[in-house]
Amino acid sequence: MKIALTINNVKKEVEISPSEFLLDVLRRLDYMSVKKGCDTGTCGVCTVLMDGKPVLSCSVLAASADGHEITTIEGLSEDPEFKAISNALLEEGADQCGFCSPGLILNVYAMKKELKNPSEEDMKKYLVGNLCRCTGYVPQMRAIKKYFEVKA
Amino acid sequence: MIEIKEYYRAKSVEEAYEKLMNVEGAEIIGSGAFMRLSSRKINLAIDLQEAGLNYVKIENNEIRIGGATTLGEIEKNEIIKESFNGELVKALQAIWSVQLRNIATIGGTVFPRLGFSDLITVLLALNTDIVLYNNGRMPLEVFLEEKIRKDIIVELIIKKENRKLSFQYMRNSFYDFSILNAAVSVDENKDFRIAIGARPGVASLAKKAMGYLKENDDIEEGAKIAAEEMTYGSNIKGSKEYREMIAPVLVRRGLEEVLK
Ligand SMILES: Cc1cc2nc3c(=O)[nH]c(=O)nc-3n(C[C@H](O)[C@H](O)[C@H](O)COP(=O)(O)OP(=O)(O)OC[C@H]3O[C@@H](n4cnc5c(N)ncnc54)[C@H](O)[C@@H]3O)c2cc1C
Ligand code: FES
Ligand code: FES
Repeated sequence: MKIALTINNVKKEVEISPSEFLLDVLRRLDYMSVKKGCDTGTCGVCTVLMDGKPVLSCSVLAASADGHEITTIEGLSEDPEFKAISNALLEEGADQCGFCSPGLILNVYAMKKELKNPSEEDMKKYLVGNLCRCTGYVPQMRAIKKYFEVKA
Repeated sequence: MIEIKEYYRAKSVEEAYEKLMNVEGAEIIGSGAFMRLSSRKINLAIDLQEAGLNYVKIENNEIRIGGATTLGEIEKNEIIKESFNGELVKALQAIWSVQLRNIATIGGTVFPRLGFSDLITVLLALNTDIVLYNNGRMPLEVFLEEKIRKDIIVELIIKKENRKLSFQYMRNSFYDFSILNAAVSVDENKDFRIAIGARPGVASLAKKAMGYLKENDDIEEGAKIAAEEMTYGSNIKGSKEYREMIAPVLVRRGLEEVLK
């Protein structure tokens, strides 16, 4: 079946199978920043924004995304907020292997738009679904807190 | 793996129901997030996002939540934030991750009567009715006992009353399933509602304890009665014995909180 997606502001008609999930379709279309980790809704590395909201692309049927707007990290490369988040991560030495970074950054990006003056506890709750396989959480948290302080 | 032959976006509940009944192997799809974890073949997946079931509103002192509304939309809604001392939002936010709540629907959460569900426990502790397209309106507790297999959740209706709510759970980390959960609420007439879930079966009401607490003030005893009138089982998350031990504690904490 054919679906219409606006990916990173570009309109696309995509041929999909009704059983396919958005994650696989995006990777098939070469949006390789979208990672596949657990494929069961747990790790958050497959996070993308759908109509501006963070979702698990592994758990969204591609057919149900028909007509919606999808943003991957590629679409944010010129965005000042994206630059500020990645700089904060770099400065705190939290960049590690980076497998989990795209999903984490997208969720931090969404959190910034959604929460006003979150406490550290609020931040942790918002980011609870972003697991890091290299088990780095402390420098990431430091970076995210800094990012919120500077830009608040 | 789920295998879907055909995908269809219904324009109304009527149309969705007609397809559900007339197409062999047709199924309603919420987000598909939970369905995909099982293995099934679906001939026709019926998507409800354009069927007009996305809303949270107040009518006649009742909170009405459309069956295709996502948990994320519900938790961010002002009506929900203000209701039941903010505890309903807290309970919603305990469900997995922001990214999952942005896709999982309330219909997909309630219809399968999942044993581990946190939301069902909380809704049961409030005066909640469910409206099904074919079977009509009924209290949630009746729906949980019925064997309705094919129907559509049109909406959930929560009575908007002055009820204090407390949601309690035991889990190994915040980001995990509840090993046991309990929700307690009370109004100004000492009308208590106590639900215990993830036992691991789907939540049910502790009717004896609710009756006892109407006449008596002994919380400790009320919690004990509630815990004892339930049956528990073992699964990968915890043993029957463990659940039996923590049940009265969770209920007591809930009672203490709503009576504070
Ligand atoms: C990884 C993961 C973790 C989770 N963790 C928790 C947790 O900690 N606590 C908790 O309470 N819940 C949890 N859940 C459950 C979650 O909240 C939802 O229940 C689940 O995602 C189902 O919602 P859905 O919209 O994805 O439904 P789907 O998977 O699309 O559908 C589930 C079932 O509901 C039926 N259905 C869907 N909508 C309707 C409708 N309107 N009318 C009739 N039938 C319908 C479908 O036919 C299907 O049988 C978790 C789910 C996942 C995938
Ligand atoms: S790949 Fe989607 S949550 Fe892990
Ligand atoms: S940096 Fe390697 S998985 Fe997080």
